[in-house]
Parts: sequence; C-alpha cells; structure tokens
Amino acid sequence: MSEEQIKYLEKQFEERIARDEKIEPKDWMPEKYRKTHIRQISQHAHSEVVGMLPEGNWITRAPSLRRKVALLAKVQDEAGHGLYLYSACETLGISRDELYEQLHSGKAKYSSIFNYPTITWADMGAIGWLVDGAAIINQVPLCNTSFGPYARAMVRVCKEESFHQRQGYEIMLKLSNGTPEQKDMAQDALNRWWWPSLMMLGPTDAESVHTEQSMKWKLKRKSNDDLRQQFIDQTVPQADILGLSIPDPDLKWNEEKGSYDFGEIDWDEFWQVVKGHGPMNKERMKARVGAWERGEWVRDAAMAYAEKQQERKEKQVV
Amino acid sequence: MKQNLYNYILGIADNSLILGQRMGALTGHGPSLETDIACTNISLDLFGQVRSYYQYAAKVAGDKRTEDDIAMLRHEREYLNVLLVEQPDTDFAYTMGRQFLFDVYHFLFLTELQKSKDLTLSAIATKSLKEVSYHQRFSTDWIKRLGDGTEESNKRMQTAIDDLWTYTDELFHQTDADKEMVAEGIGVDVTTLKEAYYQKVADVLQESTLTIPESKYFQKGGKQGIHTEHMGYLLAELQYMQRAYPNMEW
Ligand SMILES: [Fe+2]
Ligand SMILES: [Fe+2]
Ligand SMILES: [Fe+2]
Repeated sequence: MSEEQIKYLEKQFEERIARDEKIEPKDWMPEKYRKTHIRQISQHAHSEVVGMLPEGNWITRAPSLRRKVALLAKVQDEAGHGLYLYSACETLGISRDELYEQLHSGKAKYSSIFNYPTITWADMGAIGWLVDGAAIINQVPLCNTSFGPYARAMVRVCKEESFHQRQGYEIMLKLSNGTPEQKDMAQDALNRWWWPSLMMLGPTDAESVHTEQSMKWKLKRKSNDDLRQQFIDQTVPQADILGLSIPDPDLKWNEEKGSYDFGEIDWDEFWQVVKGHGPMNKERMKARVGAWERGEWVRDAAMAYAEKQQERKEKQVV
Repeated sequence: MKQNLYNYILGIADNSLILGQRMGALTGHGPSLETDIACTNISLDLFGQVRSYYQYAAKVAGDKRTEDDIAMLRHEREYLNVLLVEQPDTDFAYTMGRQFLFDVYHFLFLTELQKSKDLTLSAIATKSLKEVSYHQRFSTDWIKRLGDGTEESNKRMQTAIDDLWTYTDELFHQTDADKEMVAEGIGVDVTTLKEAYYQKVADVLQESTLTIPESKYFQKGGKQGIHTEHMGYLLAELQYMQRAYPNMEW
C-alpha cells in the first residue's frame, strides 16, 4: 500500500470513530491502534487474573459460609472477566499463550493495586468497595470505547464490578456496625487501601503518557486526575456513612469547587510498585508463573488427548 | 433433638464442606483459567449444598446453633466426612482423581436420597443432583484426558488413583446413625451402591487406559471422626475467623 493510500484509510478510520461507529476485528486499522489496544486490553485482562490472588487468599478463611460463597463467586467473576478480555485481545491477532508469556516475563503490566497484601478479612471489604469502585470509574467510560469487542466486554464486566462494589461495601458496613475489634479492622483496612486506590486511577495528568491519542480513540474519555476527583467525591460520603475516617488530614470539602481537596499522593511509592518493587510483586508473579508451570503437563495432556480423539474420529469416517 | 437425623445430615454435608474447602483453595492456582473457573464452580455448588444441609441440621438441633457454628465450631473429632475428600492437592491428577472418585459415589448417593421419606433431604438431593451430574462429567473428562493424554499425565493419573484408592471403600461403610436412618426410610443404604460404583469407576479407568488398582487394603475412620493428619490444617483455615473472633457477625 502506498503512503497516500494509508493516509486515506487512516482518515476514514478516524472519521468512523468520530461518528461513534465501532471498529471490529476484521476492519482495517492502523498498526498503532492495534498495538495500543493489545497493550491496554491485555493489561486489563492480566489485572483481572492477578487480581484473583489477593482475594483468593481469603477463600479458605472466610468468616461465614455466606461470605465464603460470595467471595468464591466474586473471584470466579474476575476469572470470567479475564477470559472475555483475553478473547477480545485475541481478535487483534495475538494468542493467549503470547499474552501470558508477556505477563510472566514482566513485559506486560497489570494494575499495581494487586501488589498489596490482604492481611485481614476487612481487606475483602475494602477491596470490593474501593478497588472495584475505582475500577468502575475507570471502566464505565470504556463501555463506549471505539473497539467493538472491548466495549462489549466492558458492558458485561462493569455490571459485575458494581455488584462486587456493593458486596464489598456491605462487608465494611457489617464490620463498622460490629464490635470495636471489627470496627478497628475496617478502619485499618481503609487506612491501608485508601492511597493505593487513589493511585489506581493512574499518574497525574502532567506525567501521563498516551493520553491524547487515547482520548481520540475513546480508550480514555476523562483524564486521570478527573477520574480521581470523581472517585474521591463519590467515596468520602460513603466512608462517612460507615463512620470511618479517610486517612488524609488534608481532605476537605471545597465549597467553591464543589468537590474535595485532598492531600499529596506519594508518587514515589506508586512508581516503586509499578517498577516491580511493591510488597507483593514478586509473590504475585511467583504464584502466576508457578500455576502456569505446574499446569504445563496438564495442558499438554489435554492437547494430546484432543489430537487422539480427532484421529480416532477421522479413522472412523474412513 | 433427633440426634440420629442430625448426625446423618452432618455425615452427608461434611463431605461437601471439606471437598468444597479443598476446591476453593485452588482458585487462581489451576492449570488454566478455564479449569480455575470450573473448580471454583464446583466449590460454589458444594458450599451451596452445605448451607442447605446445615440450615436443616440447625433446625433439627432446635437450639441456637447456626449453619456457621456447625460448619466452623466443631472439633476435628466431630467432623464426619470420609477421608477421601480431605486428601491434599498433590497435583492436578490428585485433585481430579479425588473429585472423580467422590463424584461417582455422590451421584449414586443423591439419586437414592431423592427417594427419602424426609422431604427436606429429598429436595436438597434433587437440587444437588443436577450440579453433581455436571461435576461428574467434568472430572470424568479429566480422568480420560490425563489417563489417555501423554505418558507423563498417564503416570501421574495412575499414581493418584493408586494412592486415593485406599479411601474408596469407606464410602460404603454404614454407621449406626446410617442404619437407623435406613430403617426409617430416611437414609440411603450405601452398601447397595458399591457394585454400581466400582463398575462405573472401572469403566472410566479402562477407557482412560488406566489400571484398576488391585489393592485390598483400605483406610477408614472419617465417619467416626478419626481423620488423616491433613484435616487439622484444613480446619485451622476453615475455622480461623470464628476461632479468632468468637461470637461476632460477619
Ligand atoms: Fe473484574
Ligand atoms: Fe476490572
Ligand atoms: Fe470485581
């Protein structure tokens, strides 16, 4: 294709997106669009799958049968999210094995929030409330993103995430209205998860790369700082209802702005975790890589068996 | 309280509780996302069944105890599950072997329990049977894949079956509570399931190019609350919150 032809196709492509048309896997797309989408969708898929680990950590110790069932169902949903997102990503011409390889080698990123440890039961509440809450804020705009398979996956995922958020909040509510020990447990979890949840919405706009292009492709519709503000404004009143305090002495309602002012985020901590040196980065990867390696003979067996079955079928036809 | 009925319910439910706990622990650590989802699903089904049984048992007990008290506040010697379900997940072959050897029994058992004169038990059985027929299909398929897959998988699957075999006979032992319940038309006479069980298991093993173990030495004790050394650790996790923070609501 000549450069001119490509320019023409790109122009048409951008116009389609501007008209809110969906791009489908078989449509022509600029290489950069494909690569950016592979990166973002796989990063999202990896986050769902790595995200199973911190909560999976409490399945065997859930305090009641009802909570155990709800937690199992939640973690199972996250696995399902991983599955649709990997499938959406595969439509762009990359295999799931390649995507795993990128995760396991450290080439691909996943949400840094999952590199924090879950050390008490209240963390199950805090994660549902704050982490799924922040995820929803990030993801609701993606239900209208330009790439069809991603947009459709997001519609389904967001519905389940809001269910998770309510479930997490309900755990916090129960703890906050419980014994002093339970209330302390809830406050402690909020203290530990608050700042990482704010970081989850991404670096400040000043430091954020790729934003402009992403806005055009509707991979992003609001800036990180706007999303963060939205999250804070939505969450603070919820903490008030719980009777818990947000661990930020600078948090204050700003009448003029009609939103909360808040304290400085520790971006050094954020970058440390992003670069692989958070409290649980190594353990999370060890768990994923370990599961994958331990499972190799199982996957090989399934493949060998399927091939044998196919051969047997073919012989029968002959 | 009807002690026999109470014990009888626990004898059924504890199997699902302990197996559900084992399967739940695997979430996020399985060989593929698909098997993870399936194993979590099995765990979810089993815990759903457990809740129905224990809620009924709590009603039979007629005091203040709740489903969670029954699930999480007994001593090890009071759990009545068979030894098979508490066996560890040495590798995926053990996980699937344990599941398969239990599912075949579970399916036969629930089919009979549907005929119970106790309407609650028969209703739980009917509902659970749909789930368990799916579990059985899933574990059977994996026995076939692993048995008739690669040389390595065949070896691993055979080792798992050989090791777990010793726990199968206990499935067909009758306790005193069982006998009473059978006499009252409530319980299932498990001794009558044995032939169909070993026939079905043998058929699947054969199709999977696995050898049917010949060992005649079997372990028992679970139904009397005498467990293997694995059980204490499993219960330590299961009971952790209820023991560390007694008398609270979650
Ligand atoms: Fe999710
Ligand atoms: Fe998500
Ligand atoms: Fe979620």
